[in-house]
Amino acid sequence: MQETRTMTCISCPVGCQLTLTVNDGELVSVSNNECKRGAAYARDEFYNPRRILTSTVKVVGGVVPQLPVRTRGPIPKGLLMEGMRALRSVVVKAPIEVGSVVVCDFLGTGQDLIASRSVSAVAEEASIRRHE
Amino acid sequence: MRIVERDVVVIGGGPAGLAAALAVRGSGVESVTIIERDYELGGILNQCIHNGFGVHVFGEELTGPEYASRFVRKVVDQGIEYLTDSMVTEIDGEKNVFVASPSSGLMKIEAKAVVLAMGCRERTRPAINIPGTRPAGVFTAGSIQHLINIDGYLPGKRALIVGSGDIGLIMARRLTLEGVKVEGVVEIMSYPGGLNRNIAQCLNDFGIPLYLGHTVSRIHGMDRIEGATVAPVDEKRLPIMEKSRYIPCDTLVLSVGLIPENELSRMAGVAISSVTGGPIVDENLQTSLDGIFACGNVLHVHDLVDFVTRESERAGRSAAAYVRGDLGTSGVGRSMPVRPGKGVRYVVPNFVSLEQDVEFFLRASRPMESAVLRITPGLKEVRQRAVKPSEMISVRIPASLLSRAAGSDGIRFELE
Repeated sequence: MQETRTMTCISCPVGCQLTLTVNDGELVSVSNNECKRGAAYARDEFYNPRRILTSTVKVVGGVVPQLPVRTRGPIPKGLLMEGMRALRSVVVKAPIEVGSVVVCDFLGTGQDLIASRSVSAVAEEASIRRHE
Repeated sequence: MRIVERDVVVIGGGPAGLAAALAVRGSGVESVTIIERDYELGGILNQCIHNGFGVHVFGEELTGPEYASRFVRKVVDQGIEYLTDSMVTEIDGEKNVFVASPSSGLMKIEAKAVVLAMGCRERTRPAINIPGTRPAGVFTAGSIQHLINIDGYLPGKRALIVGSGDIGLIMARRLTLEGVKVEGVVEIMSYPGGLNRNIAQCLNDFGIPLYLGHTVSRIHGMDRIEGATVAPVDEKRLPIMEKSRYIPCDTLVLSVGLIPENELSRMAGVAISSVTGGPIVDENLQTSLDGIFACGNVLHVHDLVDFVTRESERAGRSAAAYVRGDLGTSGVGRSMPVRPGKGVRYVVPNFVSLEQDVEFFLRASRPMESAVLRITPGLKEVRQRAVKPSEMISVRIPASLLSRAAGSDGIRFELE
């Protein structure tokens, strides 16, 4: 049975409202996409929705108390909350370089968790100053 | 007081200031200094840890800190001078910049050109006058973003978000991921303030309700907020109290707009637009005072940092040209005025010389399913896809087309 569905493309800020034509649970065609990324996104979102997870992990000995991190590529949407739980026990030691790997093959997704910024190590008094 | 001289002083080390300073140096002017009041460069990007930055500038999706770090690295590699923990307390009309910092005390920098890149700040509860008690637990979205992403604290356990701007939507997702129950996003307008993709990936992904055409009519609680009364609004945007309901929460997050931070600009005597809250500028992004330029959110509030970067590079190039003495003849009040017409809330820049290509940024005054952007007298007609006030429109017009406006009383932008 043929039906149509709509979804919002999240590939870029334009946010096209995509129309998907679906037949017996299979994606037949995508329309209303302004670029080819829309069609690829619709296919991914239909069969295996994925998102980049961004959050923070604890830093010791750094100029900031937390390190922003992200998965290098998107991971299955259903794993986001499990990913957040896994991050609670991750602690990294400064110095850290932006782009460096924090956790290899995060949750077995094949995607590494990487540092979103550099954090330099700091003498203790400077670290205290930041928390006042 | 120490007195130093610089060719260009850039006020603010966020995305606007970083791009402007790099463009000054890239244009061959060596003496440029960035002044930043935080302890490091990067500005608000440092706390915007979500992805989605850089699609236009870098062709990839970066987080805020990653986007900032690409510029910070260039600034450091090129040896561009920057002062952190440093607050500009005054700019005078002579382009003297007064800076206070704990390490070097009070300093006067005599600049040949100044780039204003101070960004914007959030509107707070008094700006929208929510009735009720005055308990703790009422935050702006940016302040909880700092608390969670930089400091590592959660503001509460049960949150209600007021305003559907992008920061509010991003924080709805962030709070949910961190285990806070988000009761919903309340938006007084009949359409969302943020990008479509943020409605999809921040609210719909997590089943967070969006209450369009609703407002918070009362805040409850003595020491800490205990809940809020939420009501639909009528056509005058007043709450319909018979249909109101109570939503318990210990945290109220306000995402109700941004205000360009122009106290310094006003002090210097720069003319400010009552619509954008930012300086009135010509196509070189020069303000009403020669040699003072503005870019980024201090000029007008942007929704994408990529546009901030592009605009700020232009301001930086202009400041360098001014120092060299070859900026050209344009100027606020001296060249062709640019005005918003039907369906357009504002257009930047406000004056153009017709001698060079110009990228215009504009915002619609209301959402339209489909629209035609008409630039008169007879310059251009562009069909737009759906337009929304929350999504800035950019259009580049070559000098060859602009010159058709010569002799007219001004260029007008209309959407209908």
